[in-house]
Amino acid sequence: MGNRNGGRWMGEINGHTVLFLFFGILTCLFSLAVVFSANVVRMAFYLILALAATSGLHFLAGADFVGTMQLVLYVGGTLVLLVFGVMLTAQNPFISLRTAGGDWIVAALVGGILLVILVPVAFQIGLPPQDAGDIEGLTQREAVASSEPVSVPTATRIGLGLLGVPGDDVSGYLLPFEIISIHLLVVLVGAAYLARAKRKVVVRQESQNIAGS
Amino acid sequence: MFDLLSQPVGLTHYLIVGAVMFVAGAVCMATKRNALGVLMGIELVLNGANLNFVAFGSNFLERNPAYQLGLDGQIISLFVIVLAAAEAAVALAIVLNFYNNHSTVDVDRADELKG
Repeated sequence: MGNRNGGRWMGEINGHTVLFLFFGILTCLFSLAVVFSANVVRMAFYLILALAATSGLHFLAGADFVGTMQLVLYVGGTLVLLVFGVMLTAQNPFISLRTAGGDWIVAALVGGILLVILVPVAFQIGLPPQDAGDIEGLTQREAVASSEPVSVPTATRIGLGLLGVPGDDVSGYLLPFEIISIHLLVVLVGAAYLARAKRKVVVRQESQNIAGS
Repeated sequence: MFDLLSQPVGLTHYLIVGAVMFVAGAVCMATKRNALGVLMGIELVLNGANLNFVAFGSNFLERNPAYQLGLDGQIISLFVIVLAAAEAAVALAIVLNFYNNHSTVDVDRADELKG
């Protein structure tokens, strides 16, 4: 994973960092483009690009399975659903609805406050420890976390964790897995119920009106 | 600039990207008048939080080993992805229903329950 302790000279370029900066800057730019674009079709496109760049960040963090699921489920599933929604409702007055200036000011204030809170916390928490520390006093998880990373595919361990088999850095998640399965089933049935077409009654009444007149 | 390119990626980098995504999503939710724009803001917020979960669970970043989730972070972020898919399905159904009944997707005009 490149040079972990810095190069001999300052200009030595870390490939991991370069890739991170590429995907990170793309993610931030496209997220901001979603906010500042007024056209809803362009917003959907920028959102797809932002989430695809996020999956690149997941891959760079060693989360290969989550990155793949981000591409398959989010970009391939959820956002296609969202694009269908945009296509079904993109009548002319709704494609670009303008926001009032006062709303922008309030939202910028809230966003600025959130950013002022979050960024110092990121700098505080993200610092590596001052001294290397001894491995003896650490729990097993901390020992795993502080050892030199090896690139092992995570899908097997995630699958075992979802089946309730705890590993050395994963707990058992059988009950949440079952709950989320039932939840997804109920939600999809509910969505199909909500979105069903109700136009047949109207058509029948109209035909009766035509027949009566 | 070269200092930024030569230092290893740490937890801070990921947290900052996650914070920018989160704030962009929150501002998006607050400012968009199109109901689908509000939905897109929710997706951005969930992804920012997801990125933090993955970063805290990653072994490849420079960070304090006391703050680590291991694979738990990745499993939680998978749960978040599934919940976001469910949420998008229901919210989209509601938006389409609203559009069918009121012929608009402007959230400011959904004020029939106002007293």
